[in-house]
Amino acid sequence: MYEDILRNVTLPKSIKDEIKRKLEEIDVDEETARRIVDRCVEVYYQNLIEPGEAAGIVAAQSIGEPATQMTMRTFHYAGVAEIDVTLGLPRLIEILDVRKKPSTPMMTIRLLPEYAKDRDKAREIARKIEATYVKDVADISVDIYSLKIVIKPDERALRDKDLSVSDLKKILERKLKMEIDEEDGCLTIQISPDVEKPYKTLMDIFDRLKREVIAGIKEIKRVIIRREGDEYVLYTEGSNLKRVMKVKGVDFRRTLTNDIYEIYEVLGIEAARSAIIKEAKETLEEQGLNVDIRHIMLVADVMTADGYLKQIGRHGVAGSKQSILARAAFEVTVNVLLDAAVRGEIDELRGITENIIVGQPIKLGTGDVELIYRPKR
Amino acid sequence: MVPKKMSGIKFEILSPQEIRRMSVARIVSAETYDDDGFPIDGGLMDTRLGVIDPGLRCKTCGGKAGECPGHFGHIELAAPVIHVGYAKLIAKLLNVTCRECGRLRLPGKVREKFLSEIESRKELGQSYDEIVKEVYRRAKAVKKCPHCGTEAVEVKFEKPTFYYIDDHRLTPLDVREWLEKIPEEDLPVLGIDPKACRPEWFVITVLPVPPVTVRPSIILETGQRSEDDLTHKLVDIIRINQRFMENKEAGAPHLILEDLWELLQYHVTTYLNNEVSGIPPARHRSGRPLKTLAQRLKGKEGRFRGSLSGKRVNFSARTVISPDPCLSINEVGVPKEIAEELTVPIYVTERNVDEAREYILRTEHPKANYVVRPDGRRVKVMDANREELAEKVEPGWIVERQLKDGDIVLFNRQPSLHRMSIMAHYVRVLPYKTFRLNPAVCPPYNADFDGDEMNLHVPQSLEAQAEAKILLAVQQHILSPRFGGPIIGGIHDHISGLYILTRGEKLFSKEEVMFLIRNLEVKDLPEPVIKDGKPFWTGKQIFSLILPKITLEFKAEICRGCDECKGKDCEFDAYVVIDDGELIAGTIDEKAVGAFKGMIIDEIVRRFGNDVAKKFVDDMTHLAIRAIMLTGFTIGIDDEDLPEEAIAQIREIVNEAERRVFDLIKAYNEGNLEPMPGRSLEETLEVMIMRELGKARDRAGRIAERFLGYNNPAVIMAVSGARGSMLNLTQMSACIGQQSVRGERINRGYTYSNRTLPHFKPGDLSAKARGFVESSYKRGLSPVEFFFHAMGGREGLVDTACRTSISGYLQRRMINALQDIKVEYDGTVREQSSETIVQFRYGEDGVDPMKSFRGRSIDIDRIVKEVLGG
Repeated sequence: MYEDILRNVTLPKSIKDEIKRKLEEIDVDEETARRIVDRCVEVYYQNLIEPGEAAGIVAAQSIGEPATQMTMRTFHYAGVAEIDVTLGLPRLIEILDVRKKPSTPMMTIRLLPEYAKDRDKAREIARKIEATYVKDVADISVDIYSLKIVIKPDERALRDKDLSVSDLKKILERKLKMEIDEEDGCLTIQISPDVEKPYKTLMDIFDRLKREVIAGIKEIKRVIIRREGDEYVLYTEGSNLKRVMKVKGVDFRRTLTNDIYEIYEVLGIEAARSAIIKEAKETLEEQGLNVDIRHIMLVADVMTADGYLKQIGRHGVAGSKQSILARAAFEVTVNVLLDAAVRGEIDELRGITENIIVGQPIKLGTGDVELIYRPKR
Repeated sequence: MVPKKMSGIKFEILSPQEIRRMSVARIVSAETYDDDGFPIDGGLMDTRLGVIDPGLRCKTCGGKAGECPGHFGHIELAAPVIHVGYAKLIAKLLNVTCRECGRLRLPGKVREKFLSEIESRKELGQSYDEIVKEVYRRAKAVKKCPHCGTEAVEVKFEKPTFYYIDDHRLTPLDVREWLEKIPEEDLPVLGIDPKACRPEWFVITVLPVPPVTVRPSIILETGQRSEDDLTHKLVDIIRINQRFMENKEAGAPHLILEDLWELLQYHVTTYLNNEVSGIPPARHRSGRPLKTLAQRLKGKEGRFRGSLSGKRVNFSARTVISPDPCLSINEVGVPKEIAEELTVPIYVTERNVDEAREYILRTEHPKANYVVRPDGRRVKVMDANREELAEKVEPGWIVERQLKDGDIVLFNRQPSLHRMSIMAHYVRVLPYKTFRLNPAVCPPYNADFDGDEMNLHVPQSLEAQAEAKILLAVQQHILSPRFGGPIIGGIHDHISGLYILTRGEKLFSKEEVMFLIRNLEVKDLPEPVIKDGKPFWTGKQIFSLILPKITLEFKAEICRGCDECKGKDCEFDAYVVIDDGELIAGTIDEKAVGAFKGMIIDEIVRRFGNDVAKKFVDDMTHLAIRAIMLTGFTIGIDDEDLPEEAIAQIREIVNEAERRVFDLIKAYNEGNLEPMPGRSLEETLEVMIMRELGKARDRAGRIAERFLGYNNPAVIMAVSGARGSMLNLTQMSACIGQQSVRGERINRGYTYSNRTLPHFKPGDLSAKARGFVESSYKRGLSPVEFFFHAMGGREGLVDTACRTSISGYLQRRMINALQDIKVEYDGTVREQSSETIVQFRYGEDGVDPMKSFRGRSIDIDRIVKEVLGG
């Protein structure tokens, strides 16, 4: 019944759903329901934004003003006590700057139903994801006298990672592109004394060995398993969305990263837009600041409107402005003017700053109205 | 008033011919003034370039100083020099064109392909930077000119203006000759518009000399002339130029000429930009680096940001602000002295000519200061000409009368972070020297009265005044567009006052009620409670007098979050019930009328609009102030006194915490501590100690809370949200707690022995040694505690100082990125200059965040209640 009333009403779907839910909750007759819906439409139209409104400036102010109250303290424990994440003003700047790598990348990995409930299976996946270094599963020592590196595997650690000594040997041979000998449970790398600078080579290989990842995903430094409701969720320090999504058992539809650029590269621009909105909103909310989501959405839309990610600032939105004067008034004034002259650019004076500079009314709000009333004499 | 429309500005490079054509004088002399102090002909102050001295006339246009805008001159350089700004571009050009035929080292076909791509990008309004970059990259890689077959040589560029082939330096003359050979057809793919410039113009042969008006000299108190930095620099250029010419004519050795050439290059470079890396900046005699052309444009105080985007204005005033709760929120108290200086124009018509005349004739406060005649002449009204002007005034004149009560003005406090930082107020001319404002408008301005100053501007045109009254008035900004809730509301004493008034069932006698409502426009009193034969009214009844007819229910700020809410039977009087404008139950506090939270204000704005809400805030502030005056409200140092018993308990808690910390350290030292997942042993210990000490402070706080009681005025302020928090109070009376730097316990100091102060043993990790302050502010801190407390306090100060600049820059960037975005008539959101659609519907539902109900498009609950109720 309520659906019929709502069918021919011009309201966004989300509002319709909300009205329907409410009507079902209070359970009224058709006549009243109709009156409520009519009133809703009336109120909705009253609440619409007015044409000419400087939506951009209001959005910028609405985010910028509370930013002055945010903390500078970089680290804080959010959600998972074991993982440090950047929060507050530095994080907000990071989001708007579209940094290629956030200072504290982090992922929230959710698992497919058949894995999510089982702690052992969750741990299994965690093991597959977490980067394992040689030093995690073996002791490495250098024998300078005989130009040898001795890798002494730790049986327990290896078993924990589901590897055998021969696995380790194979992986290392592939990674280092070198022959590795196995003698009484130890792996040894022999450097021939004939090579140029044998000691340097030895130490170089030793250093490389320390950095070599033998299992898991290189970027993922640490995985924490947590129970949330009735499922196990993995939180990681470090992020590599593309590879984590491919891991069997990971529910990639519910897997997140806080690296917006990575989301853009892997999932596309719309996903990046959602990520910006989500991250910015959470950053503000965590500081107890109340900002309407529409402002954040506008900022995210401006950053993504061209189909690729543009930062807020000289190298992005502000730098790709068409107006020379607007760019010159922002940053790198002199170069902007020099370049404009070479290209013979024309500033068509359509934006705000340009018109302020030349002393004309701006096309916003009341300045946007061209209709003028001329009373008869 | 429809203003003249400028349709565009084209940027090009001046050709030498153009420079000569627009020049009115060739400047040859390095001298500026002769012995009598008159400008020398052919010198930098030549009167053909315009005049700055009063009395002289411009030889070009005949205008006096102030009338003549100035005219350009020129200097013929004896030898060409590189333009620093284009040095890098020149280097790029030299590396992609042939040294023999000057053509781009790409086959014609390839060039055409790139060209068409650039054209199509241009048409679509997209950036073609990458394609140009690709052209340079490809052409540079070609080793042999495809047109004439000459081997390509690499031209090395050395900053700022030198070019080498192998080790042979190219003179600017060589460079210019090479660039001349580049054919016009090759320019577009190189990112150069052939209509705007020729590459050889990047090498300067003729230097334009800006008019005198651009570089005025100032006369010091001593009577000496002090020339502008640009003039100094031009003098240098002319001098070297002349020397070079003389030497050349005299046939000086090549080496000397080269040195002079380099010197000329240096002077021209620094004339254009005095902050080029690689060369020392030209300095004034005093050692200060000169401010040359690029420096004039750049930066915050530069031409663009300092003089074009922002300007100094007339008709404004600035002074200290102070509170006056008797004013309405949309009024501002203006000192009489300021009101007598600022003016509002009366555009004289037939209808107001008498009124205008009256102002001219007045000799006291709202009088006319100036009149402006139709020819634009401004005449000061004085005793001598008052009668005469009054006689003459007629339609078409403008009379500038002094500011008086009821005028509209804009009021502003920096930093103007959001649009509520500039609002329109109505003037109330008052004695004394400060601007007065109702404290309820402090939150949007973020103002307090510890010495803050604010600015006031008087809109001059009728359009501006109308706009101010309709759009900028304070009541239009009660709801914030940031979150769709009220940003104007009671603060401090307003909240305490209403809290005291409405808490419980206080009774007020008729005299008291009359005192309370004296400032309100109340005609009838409600039915009184009769006690001992006398009429009494409750505080809730009195508050109801100012309430419009709203119906509302909510939990107050003082709500203690019981497990089961008893609704209006709340034993703490913390559940507010308002029925049809009647406060039935509950206490009014921050949640009801405070800024940011004010439920009642929110409801009134939505139900009855801004003007009713404004009236409510006015009445509320008046009532609250009277209420707090009637009952009296004060705190003193003894309000934080705790009984012996409480102090003993707190001491016990602190001691126990210290014992536990000691145990933890012991466990850590003995290796019995189990690390938390993902943390090292040390980190685990720190986290556990912090947790233990935090718990101790909280427990101490709870004891203090219990002993302070709910009638303690400081507690009243804290729980009602008027000022301060329970944490502040417990720190004053019980225990200050852990001090931290960088979110950790204090661990800096003597790093090598790992201790914070010499008072402790090396490696001491105990609570006291790492900044736990167990004293209260009232009891006082020990010297060691004081030191740690100062460390924590200093971090806070530094943090705030750094934050303002960082967030200020963020704000600037965001405004710059988003300023051209507006909502169109079709509901889409577009960027103005490119007309890119950013959103098809603003915020996905088209709803104004200010009108939204705390973010939601419509408030369904209210609509339902409204429909069902009526």
